[in-house]
Amino acid sequence: MPYQKYIETVPGSATNKIFLFTLSTCVWCKKTKQLLKDLGLEYQFVDVDLLGMTDQISAYNEIEKYNPKIFFPTIIINDGQGVISGFNEEKIKALI
Amino acid sequence: MENIKVEKQEIADLFNSLELLNKKRNYYFNFDKSFTCMILEGLLVNKKRYGHMTCPCRIANGKRDQDLDIICPCDYRDADVSQYGNCFCGLYLSRQKYNNKIPTSPIAERRPNNKILINKNMEEETQQDKKIFPMWRCNVCGYICARDDTPDVCPICGAEKDRFSKTKETVSE
Repeated sequence: MPYQKYIETVPGSATNKIFLFTLSTCVWCKKTKQLLKDLGLEYQFVDVDLLGMTDQISAYNEIEKYNPKIFFPTIIINDGQGVISGFNEEKIKALI
Repeated sequence: MENIKVEKQEIADLFNSLELLNKKRNYYFNFDKSFTCMILEGLLVNKKRYGHMTCPCRIANGKRDQDLDIICPCDYRDADVSQYGNCFCGLYLSRQKYNNKIPTSPIAERRPNNKILINKNMEEETQQDKKIFPMWRCNVCGYICARDDTPDVCPICGAEKDRFSKTKETVSE
């Protein structure tokens, strides 16, 4: 991925591979990150608004594959086996 | 891109100034003040980053003319508050949700993928008769007026001049 160096990892139990596309300013993204942390799950994320334009476009193209409306957070489980679009508390809790 | 910091006082100042407007115009912030302040912080970050306060839960382009529909209060706020009881970010609530302290939940994105474009190719007024006035609609609140130009600021919701669009209708004096 072109924006590889901007991806951050938050440690926890790694039953599933959880990847988030987020915005640094978005409250629903913050709630998602906090919930995953509280659940003790490992996840990776990239704040798309902090990327340069070229990387942002690469991120859009990637998000669009899983969430055609392109909104945040977009949560990709196990490289696309599952997708959670937006802060869906129940679906996130089911990842334990 | 650098991570922009906002002071607590800036958030408090924005809260107080918008709360004054809300009280006058019957709009309601989220009753969860820490949630509200997190959104206001995002607005202030975007203001510093882009020069205009775009919805913190949406991605902005950075060019004002591309972001007009998502400058807070966004063009979708009133419709979302009517339909779902809160706006996309969760900053504004319906009176019912506010009064009954109903928790805010995420809602569907109303903004079109190929977002609303301000029609810049609208035909120039060829009609010179001063008795005919173009009609202008405030994209934020729906206020409609018929005059040669838009008001400087929407007298109902306070949106700026460039948040108005010209409708196809005209009105005779």
